[in-house]
Order: sequence, then structure tokens, then C-alpha cells
Amino acid sequence: MRPSARFALFIGLLTTLLSLSLLDAGLRGGDAGDRIARMRRQVEALELTDLALFTEARYTRNPTQADWFTPFQDHPMALEHFPSGSLLQPPALLRRPR
Amino acid sequence: MKRLLRRQACLLDFTLSSLARRPGKNLGLLLVYGLIVFLLASVMLFTDALRSEARQVLARSPEIILQRVVAGRHALIPAGYLERMGRIRGVTARHGRLWGYFYDPAVQANYTLLVPRNRRIADGEIVVGAGIARTRGLDRGDFLTLRGSDGTARSFRVAERLEGESELVSSDLILLSEADFRAFFGVPEGLYTDLVLTVRNPRELRKVAEKLTLRLPDTRPILRDEILRTYDAIFGWRQGIVFVLLAGAILAFVIFAWDKASGLSAEERREIGILKAVGWETSDVIRMKFWEGAVISLSAFLLGYLAAYAHVFYTSAALFEPVLKGWAVLYPEFRPLPRVDGLQLATLFFFTVFPYTLATIVPIWRAATTDPDQVMR
Repeated sequence: MRPSARFALFIGLLTTLLSLSLLDAGLRGGDAGDRIARMRRQVEALELTDLALFTEARYTRNPTQADWFTPFQDHPMALEHFPSGSLLQPPALLRRPR
Repeated sequence: MKRLLRRQACLLDFTLSSLARRPGKNLGLLLVYGLIVFLLASVMLFTDALRSEARQVLARSPEIILQRVVAGRHALIPAGYLERMGRIRGVTARHGRLWGYFYDPAVQANYTLLVPRNRRIADGEIVVGAGIARTRGLDRGDFLTLRGSDGTARSFRVAERLEGESELVSSDLILLSEADFRAFFGVPEGLYTDLVLTVRNPRELRKVAEKLTLRLPDTRPILRDEILRTYDAIFGWRQGIVFVLLAGAILAFVIFAWDKASGLSAEERREIGILKAVGWETSDVIRMKFWEGAVISLSAFLLGYLAAYAHVFYTSAALFEPVLKGWAVLYPEFRPLPRVDGLQLATLFFFTVFPYTLATIVPIWRAATTDPDQVMR
């Protein structure tokens, strides 16, 4: 087999896998509809406001409910204590001009 | 058409043979290139999946939450505020919410204790999130002992475990009765953590929030829209931060690729000279080099993207977990919902494949237009 044919086959295989990944995202996304619906019902029933992704501090557990200056601990230039604090942005509420 | 295709196939054959003559160098380039695409695509897919999941799940969070702020800090709000706010057009229901944090020194984790409004939990019983159950090894019927605000240890019987499927929102939750909550934290009757207002018409939310701030100046309303925007911003920010952290690696790659693609080695110059001397046209040399760039960048893009897809959606972004976890003991076990944004994929393709392919063509064009004798010298 010529190198170009082998390469075409290789790229064809990868492109098929890419198409399959899109199909997989569509199918699994559709299948997860029930799971999302259940989570949404739980959010509604328990009146939750945030994802339980970062549970180490108040302002990372519930970023939307945090005190205005809690993320800065003592003063606005204080060094961040928690690792995820440095990855979090102040809530939208704080960045809205008042 | 057939002739054109055959011509391109011949050029591709020649390019592939030429690449195969320097296997170490080109495979190394492919590996580094693929790794950069993998990192960028992983961050992109992961944050996009989380952002979309947050948007879908939190779409049912309370319309308005009213917090009392004392000296710049969130304070408990008296039940009397429900009457003080008066009748506001558009508000169909209002009630107090009880929730709080508890630090458990035994596992060095923060729990979120919450009193559910639509569910009765018997005194002395709790419902725990899957994260807590896993960390403390709890199951139905077990007892969890926690030290309350008055220093006394209180034991709660686990009545139920929240389903693991919803860990993303409930991993660290402990649901308990109102009486237990008040006794545990020492919160007197008539005080709530915050108030929840239900507004039927979403277009009235801003107006209701304005009225609330006027009537209760020591409070701040948090709208559902702001909750959703916060999550959009958090993941956008997070993606941005990772891209900034990756900037050094990307720049190093750009310099490496630019040097590899644009700085022709003496051997390559000689190759071009020979090709021209044996009758190749300038356009053929450029086409051949275009194929060289395309072979490497297209392969790196496809391999990098596919590896990123498998990493994010089949291993739950295992490589990112240590960064995301931070100090969180109760990190939820969840598998991001697969989602591929066509526009983002196209952007990634454009910014990874095109620059390299173009970078290979420009210097070749310069070398290929010069006299073969001069190039070979």
C-alpha cells in the first residue's frame, strides 16, 4: 500500500472517531436527561443555589451566597488561603456596577 | 480531477517518505503538538460540560434569595422581615430558609446542614449526601455524632442516603429537622439563614428586587439569573486561568514549532535545491511543504482532541482532579455530561492547525523561488 493511502486511512479512521465522539456526546447527553431532571427536581425541592464542587470554604462552597468580602479574608490584597479560591472569580453581583 | 488527485497523492507519498527519513524529530514534534492540543481541548471540554450542567441544574434554584447583611457580613434574618417587606406584586410565596456550615474535625471536611421545606425529617434523624456517607462510611441506620454549638455531642441516625447520581449538588449535604437544626446551631426561633421569594413572572424579578432593597435597606437580594451568571463566569474564569497557566507551555511550543517550521535546515535547503534542479516547479515544492505541515498538524489535532474527549468524559478528567479538588475532602464523584460545542471545536482547529501549516509555507516559498544553484551552495 502506498504511504499516501495508508495516511488517508489513518486520517479517515481518526475522523470517524471524531464523528463518533460527536455522536456519543449527543446520545449520552440525551440519555442523561433523566439524571439532569432528577438533579433539577432536587435543586428545586431543597432550594439549592450552588454546586457542591469546592466544599473547603464558605465562599467556594456557595460562591453565589458568599459575603461581599469573605473571599479576601482580611483585606482585598490578602494572600489567598484555599487553592480553589485563586481559581474563583468574585460573584457576578460584586462585579455589577452599583 | 483524477489527474490532480493522483498528483497530490504522489506529492503526499514523497512528503511522507521525507518525514520518515527523520522519524525521531517528527514524532517528537507530533507528540508535543498533540499534547498541547490535548491540554487545550481537555480544559475546553471539561469547563464547557460543567458550565452547561450547572446552567441546566441550577435553572430551578430559588428565584430570589434575600440575605440580611450586618457590618458587611451575612447575618441571620428575622422572620419579621417577611411581614416588613409588605405585599409585593408578583411575589407568590415567601418563607425562611435554614441552612449552615459545620466543620467536622474528624475528617477535616465542611458539611452543609439544611432544613428541607418540602420533606419531613423526624427529630434525631438525618439524610446524608453521598460524599459524607462515603467519607464517614455511613449507611442507613448508622449514627453520626457531631458536636453542637453548645459543646454537647449529638447523635443522629442516618435515615437515608441521598442518591449518588445527584452528588454534584448534594455531596456534602446533611438534611435534618428544624428543631434539630435550631438546637444544634443555637439559632433561636424566629430567625432564618435567609428568605426565599417565589416570583411567577421572571420579567418582574428586577422590579421585585428593587422594591425589596428600598423597603429593607439592610438586605441584599440574590436573583436566580445572578446565580446562573456567576457559574458562567466561574467556569469562564477557570478556563481563562488554566489557559494563562498553559500560556508558557503554549508559547514554548509556538517558538519550537516556528523554529522547526520556518527555519530551514541546510539539509532541507539542499533538498529543495535538488528538487528544483531535477525539474520540480516552485508550486510543487510549496505544495509538498504544505502537505508536510498538514500531515503533522492534522494528525496532532485529531489525536489530541480524541485523547482529550476520552480523558474528560471517560475518566472524569482524572488529570485535573487534584487541581479541582483543592482541599475539598468531600469532592463529588461525578462524570461530566458529554457535550461538544461545534464552534469551540472549529476554533481549536483553526488556532492549532492553520498557524503551523502557514508557518511551514512562507519560508519554503522564499527558498523555492530562489535559484537552485544558490540554494544548494
